Amino acid sequence: MISAGCDIGSTTAKAVILDQQTVLASAVIPARLDPVISAKEVMDLCLQKAGLSMDRLEKIVGTGYGQQQIPFVTRCESEITCHARGAFFHNPGTRMIIDIGGQDSKVIKLDDTGKVVQYSYNDKCAAGTGRFLEIMAEALGVSLEDMGEIGLTCREKLSISNQCVIFAETEVVSLVNEEKDVSDILNALFRAMAHRVSSQARTLFIENDVLMTGGVAKNVGVFQALGQSLGVTIKTPQGLDPQSNGALGAALLAQES
Amino acid sequence: MSVVAGCDVGSLATKAVIMDKRRIVASVIIRSGPRPAESAQKAMDQVLSESGLLSGDISYCVGTGYGREKIPFVNESLSEISCHGKGAMFLVPSTRSVIDIGGQDCKVIKLDAKGNLVKFITNDKCASGTGRFLDVMAKVMNIPVSELGDLSLTSREPITLASMCTVWAQADVIKNINARRPAQDICAGINTAMANRVSMLANAMSLENDICMTGGVAKNKGVVHALARLMGKRIKDIRQVDPQLVGAVGAALFAHEKAGKTKEARS
Repeated sequence: MISAGCDIGSTTAKAVILDQQTVLASAVIPARLDPVISAKEVMDLCLQKAGLSMDRLEKIVGTGYGQQQIPFVTRCESEITCHARGAFFHNPGTRMIIDIGGQDSKVIKLDDTGKVVQYSYNDKCAAGTGRFLEIMAEALGVSLEDMGEIGLTCREKLSISNQCVIFAETEVVSLVNEEKDVSDILNALFRAMAHRVSSQARTLFIENDVLMTGGVAKNVGVFQALGQSLGVTIKTPQGLDPQSNGALGAALLAQES
Repeated sequence: MSVVAGCDVGSLATKAVIMDKRRIVASVIIRSGPRPAESAQKAMDQVLSESGLLSGDISYCVGTGYGREKIPFVNESLSEISCHGKGAMFLVPSTRSVIDIGGQDCKVIKLDAKGNLVKFITNDKCASGTGRFLDVMAKVMNIPVSELGDLSLTSREPITLASMCTVWAQADVIKNINARRPAQDICAGINTAMANRVSMLANAMSLENDICMTGGVAKNKGVVHALARLMGKRIKDIRQVDPQLVGAVGAALFAHEKAGKTKEARS
């Protein structure tokens, strides 16, 4: 059976097409203002990559912030369930998922059968979400894609004391005025962000097998800082865009019912 | 001569007050620069020239605020908590609680009948519920922050902001501007969101009636009214002076007490 998962996030839209347990194609696009358009566009792109037409998809599961507005789904599942399912599929050893999206951050704890034991969800405060990085990239005039690499090298250890995005941005502006190095500022920002996310993770007691997903997992600077802050080795999904994990989970859930 | 001064160096504004026998002679509010010592000196120079006095005429000066440790000319520095309590009790004697909202923080202070500090709570971690929240929103609305309050009073259908976080609320405000919602309705929504955040902090203190609001945000009537409504409490107006000056007034009152004691000790 061919199934699909469609994850409409606040910042990006993701789709994955599966044949049984084999990934045929996956796609990620920036979200449009209208979730309906995002869903159609990302699914069209994914179908095109797989060389299939819409009528070949037997079941489609929707998830994410805009799930209720996806016109073509068979049913919807929560992001938590989808992320857990996706992570357990490609990294069965995973006991904790840290998913950082454009406007939220989730920490999900799993048992050894992949069942969700506990989770924590932050969408109330922009600190610790992808938005933090977007604002800082803009303030420093670097691209979101490159900032992770740039911030890896650190010559002078600076610190950003504020967690709040607004106050941290002011700190960044004064560091720039003090003519501090952009890579040193970025390095400090990644540590500050990692600190914020690891405090959220600590409320659930950190496990050893941590998998990082979501768009922010592509930022190598945050990824490394988070590992250091948690004091454990963390992984990203192998052979899969970390942003597609939720859509993959949705496609797997579509196979199973 | 018993002329004293109080100087309050905040993150965004620096305030100076000169008092003669518990009477305010002159006052000034300026924007804080990057260096607290320079801001303090500038405010002091201005308030002296306004009063026609010389720095030698000041018998005692107390500093307060975020930059208080860096003011070069003070005899002593005291916490903002003490100074706001002192100033509020002087201006509104029935005061039992003070809500002070500054440019980058918010403090809720509980006092006993004599004006002694019972307890306090501060938020300086999150921009929401501080003057910064209003600054960000005013910028997006393209109006001076001082107009947010009066504009909101004419609103008939206030919008509701889904989130208190400054970053998310800003996005929400932009969405409402693009949807062509009337400016007064958006302003009312902004002030209510602000009041919501402050009331969360205040409710943790179980305040009594007779709340006095100080700091720059106390000038925004929209926030004051929304806060009174949300808390179900009476918020008293400070009429004699600009509410932003209360900390500096408190500092000057402490200076007055200290100057008296110094004189007694000498004689």
